[in-house]
Amino acid sequence: MNQTVEHVENVIAQRYKAGFYTDIDADRVPAGLNEEIIAMISAKKDEPTWMLEWRLKAFQHWKTMREPNWAHLKIPPIDLQKIHYYAAPKQENRPKSLDEVDPKLLETFDKLGVPLHERARLAGVAVDAVFDSVSVGTTFQKELKEAGVIFCSFSEAVQDHPDLVQEYLGSVVPYRDNYFAALNSAVFTDGSFVYIPKGTRCPMELSTYFRINARDTGQFERTLIIAEPGSEVSYLEGCTAPMRDENQLHAAVVELVARNKAKIKYSTVQNWYPGDENGKGGIYNFVTKRGDCREDDARISWTQVETGSAITWKYPSCILRGDRSAGEFYSVALTHNHQQADTGTKMIHLGRDTTSKIISKGISAGKSNNSYRGLVRIAKKATNARNYTQCDSLLIGKTCGAHTFPYIESANPTAKVEHEATTSRIGEDQLFYCRARGLDEENAVAMIVDGFCKEVFKELPMEFAVEAKALLEISLEGAVG
Amino acid sequence: MLSINNLHVSIDNKQILKGLDLEVGPGELHAVMGPNGSGKSTLGYALAGREGYDITEGSVTFDGNDLSEMEPEERAAAGLFLAFQYPVEIPGVNNAYFLRSALNAQRRARGEEEQDSMGFLKEVRASLKALKMDESLLKRAVNEGFSGGEKKRNEIVQMAVLKPKVAILDETDSGLDIDALKLVAEGINRLRDDARSFVVITHYQRLLDYLKPDQVHVLSKGRIVESGGEELSRRLEDEGYAFLEAAEA
Repeated sequence: MNQTVEHVENVIAQRYKAGFYTDIDADRVPAGLNEEIIAMISAKKDEPTWMLEWRLKAFQHWKTMREPNWAHLKIPPIDLQKIHYYAAPKQENRPKSLDEVDPKLLETFDKLGVPLHERARLAGVAVDAVFDSVSVGTTFQKELKEAGVIFCSFSEAVQDHPDLVQEYLGSVVPYRDNYFAALNSAVFTDGSFVYIPKGTRCPMELSTYFRINARDTGQFERTLIIAEPGSEVSYLEGCTAPMRDENQLHAAVVELVARNKAKIKYSTVQNWYPGDENGKGGIYNFVTKRGDCREDDARISWTQVETGSAITWKYPSCILRGDRSAGEFYSVALTHNHQQADTGTKMIHLGRDTTSKIISKGISAGKSNNSYRGLVRIAKKATNARNYTQCDSLLIGKTCGAHTFPYIESANPTAKVEHEATTSRIGEDQLFYCRARGLDEENAVAMIVDGFCKEVFKELPMEFAVEAKALLEISLEGAVG
Repeated sequence: MLSINNLHVSIDNKQILKGLDLEVGPGELHAVMGPNGSGKSTLGYALAGREGYDITEGSVTFDGNDLSEMEPEERAAAGLFLAFQYPVEIPGVNNAYFLRSALNAQRRARGEEEQDSMGFLKEVRASLKALKMDESLLKRAVNEGFSGGEKKRNEIVQMAVLKPKVAILDETDSGLDIDALKLVAEGINRLRDDARSFVVITHYQRLLDYLKPDQVHVLSKGRIVESGGEELSRRLEDEGYAFLEAAEA
């Protein structure tokens, strides 16, 4: 009996390769959520008064709000008073460079395939590594600085670029926006900050790797990207967490601001621990991501590959304020076992001649539930707005569910909105065809699913497309047969 | 090479093949003809191992192996190939990538080294050229948007690259125009040698004119009811299957 359990655990451990835990002394604030705790977090980060005041205002407002319940999700009650809102690896002083970072931390990121030390760095990709509540370090800072690009942790930005943070923080996602955004605004700890100056094309891909490590904590990161007129940036985030029987909360906020003719491409490979095959454990992923095409001809593109988390509640959106601005959303969401995902986007057309494109691919296996929820709103003044939505679902097996909730609101008669949706089951004939050519069942499923996701994968930067594909294969292990 | 004895196959408990015997030696090409619903496609699927095609009685040995014990991919790796009557579309999966993955999966299963991409491309290009197919088909998704004729020719390209020991061709000639039919027949003939065997399921004499089968069998109601040489297929072409009923009566 024990042997069987062990075997099963081994198999699952292989499936979720990022499931290890790093044993490191942590500096943690006591569990609980109140003004004192918020002040403590702010003090730990040595924040200016305006920052603490903003947090407290958000907290006051949050207390008046309720958890959203409109999603097609079964969310068990979450006791927010039991969570530690700040946990950071203990260190004497803030390390000045990556050489001073605890080797255990560097090793952790090495193991996750995100080496931070000089020799092994990913070529052409600058990385900000966030471990629980703090940023461990950011690579290639010198090179980026030469181009005038600021890429640092959010905490550093508060210290070093307070004017920019004050001007833009909450300007896309106000703390009043929703329950989880308000919570994040009160207790957020770290995240990335990006500033691309006027006319600059960021010389390398920027990426942030989020790692949850400590027990009974939540991760509340905040990312802010500002692209000045005529600038361009491609940013990618990845996320993992140890395997635990308890659920952990991750409530992030991401704000993007694209000014005149600026382009922001934001890609996510989300691989938070999904829980075991019985639905025990896993991350609750409640995220608010929004981009503002604030001026004319701005362009924001979201690409997400969501394979992890026990529950995903996430709608990366675009506000198309500037005339001729464009928003895109490409998504692959895969759920297996008992995972639940309610994800999609909002495209808010405010300017004239604005365009948006939505390509969503949902894959459900096991006993999981996968929903697409998308809003396309054309405001009165958005003359000649265009939207194209394509929303496909693929079912593997007979015990999973796929749902589509499209909302279209048009207040301008010149709008053109197209919506296409398909649902299919992995065909027995496709599987047999592949197997008759020599591919085993798992490879055949992986290949069919990969083909299904092609349109989205081709939007990812090359290295990450490969990673996303591998991740999908691992996540689908045991989905058939 | 392929030895089928008293084969009974049922689908959803419905008996389709009812005691089929067929002996195909190395290097031989056998044609299987027969009216619609006689069980020809069932024979192909059962040999390739499709789920739901249950062997309830009898046996099939292929190259010394009991086929009924093997998964479809194991049969493929052992050298059994089925050209589908209706090749399946796999959206988003590159045709060349699909074929190379299949080839290398078979090679790995046989303990052979994988073929590198250069060698593979050379070979597949040669096959495409021989079948007068455009190279751009390699970059398209498997069978997606292919015309009926392109799909059938694509099966022959796959066969040429996978080099099976025995190939079962299920109505590969149906839906082909005269020129394409000739190309497909030539494609099959190029692969013929002393060792490789073929079971060609067809309705038409025209393909057999090119292939010159060693034996022709007539399948009716789940059994081989008549076997002979080329002259049998010509007789069928002239007289249809009516004489079967006459013989039974």
